[in-house]
Amino acid sequence: MNSGSCNGCDIELIASLTPRYDAEQLGVLLQGSPRHADILCITGPVTHNAAKAVKTVYDQVCGPKAVVAIGSCPASTNVFIDSRTLDGPLSRVIPVDVFVPGCPPSPSAIIAGVAKAASILAERAAQNPAPKTAPESATQPDATPATGEAHL
Amino acid sequence: MNPLITALARLLIFPGLLFAVPAAWFFLWVERKAVARMQGRIGPPFMQPFYDFVKLLGKQTPPRSGAGGLLMRAWPLIAVASAAGAVGLLPVLPASGGFEGDLILLLALLELPSMCIIAAGFSSRSIFGEIGSAREAVLSVSYNIVFLLAIVSIAASQHTFRLEALAQLPASPLRWLGVLAILVCLPAKLHLNPFSLPNAEQEIYSGPMTEYAGPELAMWELSHGLEWVAATGLVATLAAPYLAVWWMAALVFVALSFVIVLMLSVVAAATARIQIDTTVRFYWQCTLIFAVLAISSALFMRLRS
Repeated sequence: MNSGSCNGCDIELIASLTPRYDAEQLGVLLQGSPRHADILCITGPVTHNAAKAVKTVYDQVCGPKAVVAIGSCPASTNVFIDSRTLDGPLSRVIPVDVFVPGCPPSPSAIIAGVAKAASILAERAAQNPAPKTAPESATQPDATPATGEAHL
Repeated sequence: MNPLITALARLLIFPGLLFAVPAAWFFLWVERKAVARMQGRIGPPFMQPFYDFVKLLGKQTPPRSGAGGLLMRAWPLIAVASAAGAVGLLPVLPASGGFEGDLILLLALLELPSMCIIAAGFSSRSIFGEIGSAREAVLSVSYNIVFLLAIVSIAASQHTFRLEALAQLPASPLRWLGVLAILVCLPAKLHLNPFSLPNAEQEIYSGPMTEYAGPELAMWELSHGLEWVAATGLVATLAAPYLAVWWMAALVFVALSFVIVLMLSVVAAATARIQIDTTVRFYWQCTLIFAVLAISSALFMRLRS
């Protein structure tokens, strides 16, 4: 999901699905609907306008779930640091599991980050089996477009 | 043998659930792998559809309440049950006895999952689900005419609707015309390119499935896989020569299904999605003539004989 990024990381995220890097050989699929996703990849420094959308999409992903911050922007807000239009870095808005640094990070680094998130996800699922339904706080589905969810 | 036991064995063991569920995962993998290879990628690991299924079973589902929520839970289960029933009806083994359904029942069971998909999209009340359901409805109206005409032409040329009898009769040239017409309908029935309109992921996310998560989504995946087995199995049983030895019949059935899956995947990888009006035109203008030809010649042959 793009939270105000310059689109550089998004292009690298797509590149990790192309024949050269082929994330599907690890079983990773790009999912359009947050409901189908396990791992939420977020790019961008989380602008004030995007923060609410980030929370909504995070709540729409059903647990157990993991979040990967792609690039330097969601980790530290990068060159936009101290901007008054930002709510970031990302860890102030939602809990982050894996940071993939770089501006932009290389596709192989992104795949490594997603694979690490998958192993965190597996541990989390093994430690506390999820209750049957998500908590009521999960927002009702709406038409928020979400791109860039990986699903393993 | 006791007919009840035979019927149960067909539904639960072969070609029923015990065979069909692993076959469904295998066919889903073959499709993903074939598409990946065609695109120059390596593709998913062998066990991936099974892993995905287990993973989805362990996930949470969004809270649902009221009659709408109940319906949303029910649709995937109905779809799985009817697809499994369709697979169980396939006359794979020669003269196995038990419950012998006919072609009409098989068609109804094959059609039920797509009805469930339409209903599921509308009951999810998501805009993407509704668009996907509308597309699925239009698609099913367009390909089903051809599909049904092809089936009727086969039945008319062989003078029977009974599946066992159809599988045993030697194939006439007219039957091949019918099988070809069914093959043309399969990409639309299985939502593959170039007719992957209801689940067009670049346009409407997952269409009717957008709001589903966790175990419910796992059931949809399973019903989709079982639809693969049933639809390819229908063509395989119609195209296969009659073999009296049961293990050879089973082997030919599996091999033919595999070849059809491979063929459909290659077509899916080699084509792009076409628009809904082009799809309807394709089935109503180009393929319908073909199906009408098949059925009229079948009826003509019947009148002469």
